[in-house]
Amino acid sequence: MTDILPFLKSLISTSGISGHETPVAKLIEQKWRPLVDETSLSRVGSLHGLKRGSGKTPRPSVMIAAHMDAIGMMVSRIEAGFLHITSVGGIDVRVLPGAQVTVHASSGEELPAVIAMPPARLLPEGEGNGVVEMKHLLVDTGLPAREVERKVRVGDLVSFANEPLELAGDVLSGHTLDNRASVAALTVCLEELQGKSHVWDVWAVATVQEETSFLGAYTSAFQLRPSIAIAVDGTFAKGPGANGWQTHPMGKGVGICMGPNLHPFLHKKLTELADKLEIPWFLDVAPRHSGTDAYPMQVTMEGIPTALVEFPIRYMHTTVESVSVKDIQRAGRLLAEFIVSLEADFVEKITWE
Amino acid sequence: MPPFGNTQLKLLEKLCNAIAVSGDEGEVRKIVLEEIKPYAEEVRVDALGNVLAIRRGRGAKRVRVMLDAHMDEVGFFIVADEGEGLYRFEVVGGIDGRYLVGKQVFVGKDRTPGVIGGKPVHLMEGDEYTRKVPLDALRIDLGLGGKAKVGDRAGFATRFRRVGQSIIAKSIDNRIGVATLIELLKHAPANIDLCVAFTVQEEIGLRGAKVAAQSFNPDMAIAIDSTPANDLPVHDGSENTAYNTKLGLGPAIYIADGSTLHDPRLVRFLSQVGDAENIPYQFRQPGGGGTDSGAIQRALTGIPTVSVSVPHRYTHSPLSISRLDDWKHTLALLHAALTKITPALLAAR
Repeated sequence: MTDILPFLKSLISTSGISGHETPVAKLIEQKWRPLVDETSLSRVGSLHGLKRGSGKTPRPSVMIAAHMDAIGMMVSRIEAGFLHITSVGGIDVRVLPGAQVTVHASSGEELPAVIAMPPARLLPEGEGNGVVEMKHLLVDTGLPAREVERKVRVGDLVSFANEPLELAGDVLSGHTLDNRASVAALTVCLEELQGKSHVWDVWAVATVQEETSFLGAYTSAFQLRPSIAIAVDGTFAKGPGANGWQTHPMGKGVGICMGPNLHPFLHKKLTELADKLEIPWFLDVAPRHSGTDAYPMQVTMEGIPTALVEFPIRYMHTTVESVSVKDIQRAGRLLAEFIVSLEADFVEKITWE
Repeated sequence: MPPFGNTQLKLLEKLCNAIAVSGDEGEVRKIVLEEIKPYAEEVRVDALGNVLAIRRGRGAKRVRVMLDAHMDEVGFFIVADEGEGLYRFEVVGGIDGRYLVGKQVFVGKDRTPGVIGGKPVHLMEGDEYTRKVPLDALRIDLGLGGKAKVGDRAGFATRFRRVGQSIIAKSIDNRIGVATLIELLKHAPANIDLCVAFTVQEEIGLRGAKVAAQSFNPDMAIAIDSTPANDLPVHDGSENTAYNTKLGLGPAIYIADGSTLHDPRLVRFLSQVGDAENIPYQFRQPGGGGTDSGAIQRALTGIPTVSVSVPHRYTHSPLSISRLDDWKHTLALLHAALTKITPALLAAR
């Protein structure tokens, strides 16, 4: 198994805020090109990698999808050289004061900057001592006002910029591990498939705009019409402040999710395979909506049997999301082995009961 | 003025990236000792960990001038090991708790990487996301099985960067003062006896400065520090009248702060030197806050004291911002002032 860590670090160090995924799409395309037969972009920017199977045409196909977009911010107003911002995706405003960011300026420059929390006396009465709302936070590039006004325009993107940090026990911490860690898992899967024979066609898809509208998963599932689909995404790890039923231990295996959003037959096959291969896994449950690309794929066209493979992420949607690299490797391996196990008539065997 | 260029910037970078939480200043002390050894006649580390050095001048009637810059920074102290790589911590010095969630830290002498995480926003109930996270809900997370010791200190893991004419770094308060003091010692004028104190524990009560002043017994003192620039827009677009200082206007000379009414002779003297030498300066708006001058002024039989600060935005946070010009002008003003100090300065009130 190759070491996925260096690629994962470059994945989270490359920008790709929802709706503006091109930089990271290019990086993923480069990595996937030698691993698949062809790559292409959907009309809305999702990356498709096709690895053909050995079965007779027309071959069934499996779509494995991980969203590549990241939450971030956008410049909404410029005032005296400071930037006002609005969010793209679900950001917890409490992680912002003092955060290190990059302003992707219209001038083409990437400006390092800091998110400033103005002192209470500059804020409305009663709003300065608690959690300061995003509308009052400012981005400071340290540059003089005139220079800022020349370089930056309303609508310019602001992304998190703290560097990846390797923690003990094979844990990587940084922003945007939701969901670049899953892109890494797809990459592990494609690497595992090299030299292995599989009957089905495999569409590896890095989707756009999951954090905002599921645009990429809806449109790619429609375009590719896979026989079955598997979403890969993060779930909640146990850790400080997170110990409820939705949370699972980090580094102890892969999550295989069940619930109305997911097909029970695929769930069963995945869990049986994980047991057989001795890949540690845990049962995750989504009683209503999984909140992942599994939903749009499931309801595309006449409906697609869909599964969800996950791994626990600590501190999700903060700047220090943390993930066990082992769990990513396990998820990639499970996906690859599942693909290899797919026989030509698998689709006909899928039943609800 | 003393040289100001890449060498000085590199020194500041090294100092800002070092971690020296109050009471554990060893990393900065080591840099200071290496830098100053060739330039001082007496160098020693005192009972609290201050670095004290003397460089004597030549000629008669030399004024004994103490220059002070604190080495310590605000940070964290590991207080309990909860197992599995999670540690409880206390804050050392005045850090606003709202800066902590989602930040990276280095722990202990080996700079073990860690993070301070927060509960995912998806799992919050009601208006939880509008409330501050209490310190006792936060942990330093070193990863699975990561090791630290109770008693280890930790600091923000942010790295120094230069952006145009600005620098963005942690602990500009007060490594920029330390760097200034190192340069002043290296280029000390001969008309005075220079007593320099790189002090400890300023952020938790000016403890190092107190004993340094008692040890030196100087004729006068200047505390070199870094002070907040709250020069941001006001929410309603009205004029910001409480900015403390502004970036780009030069060194901030103190007149009055929360602990000191600065010696009027020295305040006047510094502003006159600035005017005469065409060096920009600003007066820090009189108000709260303070520097080591609060301890120095009232040491022994009393010591005429003034403070000068390089302004920075976002005090005691993971990343502050200062302007290189403000630093350069601070160094220039202080150096020019030192060359003009004579006994006459302190002869009459």
